[in-house]
Amino acid sequence: MAEGLGKKIVINPVTRIEGHAKISLFLNETGGVKDAQFHVDEFRGFEKFCEGRMFTEMPVITPRICGICPVSHSVASAKAGEMIMRISPPPGGDRLRRLIHLGQTISSHALSFFHLSSPDMLMGWDSDPASRNIVGLAEKFPDLAKRGIRLRKFGQDISLHVTGKKIHTYGIVAGGMQSPITEEGRKAMLDGVAEAIETTKMGLDIFKKYRDANLKEVDSFANFETLYMGTVGPEGELELYDGKLRFMDAGGKIVGDQLDPAKYLDYIVERPVSFSYLKYPYYKPLGYPNGFYRVGPLARLNMASKIKTQLAQAYLTEFKQMGNGRPVHGTFYYHFARLIEMLMAIEQVKALLDDPNILSKEVFAKGFRNQSEGVGSSEAPRGTLFHHYTTDESGVLTKVNLLIATGQNNPGMNRSVLEVAKQYVDGNNLKEGMLNRVEAAIRCYDPCLSCSTHAIGSMPLSIEVLDHEGQLVRVVKRNG
Amino acid sequence: MTPLAAPTTTILVTIDEKTYSADPGETILDVCKREGINIPTLCFLEGVSTVGACRLCLIEIEGTRKLLPACATVVAPFQKVKTNSDRLKKNRRMTLELLFSERNHICSVCVANYNCRLQDLAHEVGMDHVRFPYLFPDCNVDGTNKIYNIDHNRCIMCTKCVRTCDEVEGAHTWDVRGRGFESRIIADFDEAWGTSPTCTLCGKCVSVCPTGALWHKQSVQNNMKKSPEMVSELTAKRGRKG
Repeated sequence: MAEGLGKKIVINPVTRIEGHAKISLFLNETGGVKDAQFHVDEFRGFEKFCEGRMFTEMPVITPRICGICPVSHSVASAKAGEMIMRISPPPGGDRLRRLIHLGQTISSHALSFFHLSSPDMLMGWDSDPASRNIVGLAEKFPDLAKRGIRLRKFGQDISLHVTGKKIHTYGIVAGGMQSPITEEGRKAMLDGVAEAIETTKMGLDIFKKYRDANLKEVDSFANFETLYMGTVGPEGELELYDGKLRFMDAGGKIVGDQLDPAKYLDYIVERPVSFSYLKYPYYKPLGYPNGFYRVGPLARLNMASKIKTQLAQAYLTEFKQMGNGRPVHGTFYYHFARLIEMLMAIEQVKALLDDPNILSKEVFAKGFRNQSEGVGSSEAPRGTLFHHYTTDESGVLTKVNLLIATGQNNPGMNRSVLEVAKQYVDGNNLKEGMLNRVEAAIRCYDPCLSCSTHAIGSMPLSIEVLDHEGQLVRVVKRNG
Repeated sequence: MTPLAAPTTTILVTIDEKTYSADPGETILDVCKREGINIPTLCFLEGVSTVGACRLCLIEIEGTRKLLPACATVVAPFQKVKTNSDRLKKNRRMTLELLFSERNHICSVCVANYNCRLQDLAHEVGMDHVRFPYLFPDCNVDGTNKIYNIDHNRCIMCTKCVRTCDEVEGAHTWDVRGRGFESRIIADFDEAWGTSPTCTLCGKCVSVCPTGALWHKQSVQNNMKKSPEMVSELTAKRGRKG
């Protein structure tokens, strides 16, 4: 056996990201990690099988891409449709779409933090994987676990009250919304606001306490410099639903601002790689690989000049201080950024529910196809999302391009896996806790695979050590 | 051979072991509808001609080995009919499964979701899965009409649109080409619907379509409501029965 010679560790399955993914860790001769690759090795073909459908159907087809952020897909899809029709939704429809989009952000962020990531912080990285989850959390911290579950429910109930369905909602359409909400629904949504804010603050405290106690680990966890991209409002404020794009370089300089998302192809190029179906997008002016950028909560907070809600703004100030005047590059800070965004989302939900337009009966604008192409974007919980449709004269789709957040974070996730593996994985002495840290690097980005990487009970995971001829020499495995 | 009674104005038939009177010329489906006996139908439409194409309304008649369509079988004296036997239940479920497997029916993203006759029937017969391999035919969506779309993926070839267009509207825009699995609804001489010189844009075909195959461009997701009774009421007012 060629011990130590070019060994390869494979973590497979990591999860499902619109399919399956795995991680390969390439060891050097001394058992240290030399390189890492995050593979998405299943092809789904979503763009292809949408061809031939009417563009107006896309807001109900594309949510099926993901059960966690279906609203973002639906919103981006509806916006692309509105560009094709050259119409915009009435104020009532616009408010309702904002509301449901914020609801999804809350439910997704709550799931990411309380269900998936907080067990690592509260129970320890090396604790028993069988109880390092929401169930284990419920046993040890029942009040917190219940609050986390209720917070997710608060977000999902917004979908329920707006569209009658919690997941894969119907109702978001090109032109606005299908139907208005009722006063009873509005009141029911408002009822949950106070507790949602309280629970989010508890989450922020958990993060801050963990950071204070483990500052070195938190700061060094997959800490590397990249560019950032996200949506901002006209004053550079954090914006999750609609706005313009901003790019920031690793030093904190804004290199592109108030860019039209419809012209995303002017700024972003997708580069295919041989080891994954997920491409490597980069910022066009800086080229490959210098133009790698990250999206999602960390990116958005790094770039946001301010937050327009009071409570979240206070935490943004704290976040900025953590970067000492530079962007916060540590991947672990995604969690903090996520919680701050969630706080803002809850505050905005309250403001929207207090807006008289929210009960407007005029929520839908009719229109027909007026041009061949349309691009829609939205800030999904995990980052900026683009839907780009081309239609023939009858409105039938001839080309669909979906640039999703997880795809844009692909270079970042690869780099994070490498950094964490280098720091924690010892090829000569593999332990489950090491795998958990590698997975946690992925989990920071909250990609579509996060729920299955950290399912109830222990997740099925194995690291395989293969020698340079591909022979299996060692397996560290836990069953699902 | 038992001699038949002389023809009278009323015929006695036994349906599911109960005896009913019927008029000569009435179909078994007519009697069942009148008497509140549920027989599932898909291609039948009151007010237009009957084709017996979908095979959902099949019934058993004592002394006849074959199953017969209730919509196209005229009552006869002393007929003994079964409408809900185990054989029929199995047959109906199989027919529906074959319909689902023949085209590309994705209820969750269909405009007619929750307003679909095919979906309702699948619920009614307890079709929890399809045992036959899906054929995934390559069907197109024709969006060239300025008001409506036709999606051949969702078409079950019931031909209600064809009969309504011909017999009620009088346009005969729609027809059928091909045979069996290859058959398709066509506009005029297999042209794009939007270029049809005969279509009056009346929308009756859209109203009678039992699935999401014909839909209004403004319809989105599951809000396409169908109203086949509109055509039936129209023909009744004109004093015509299919």
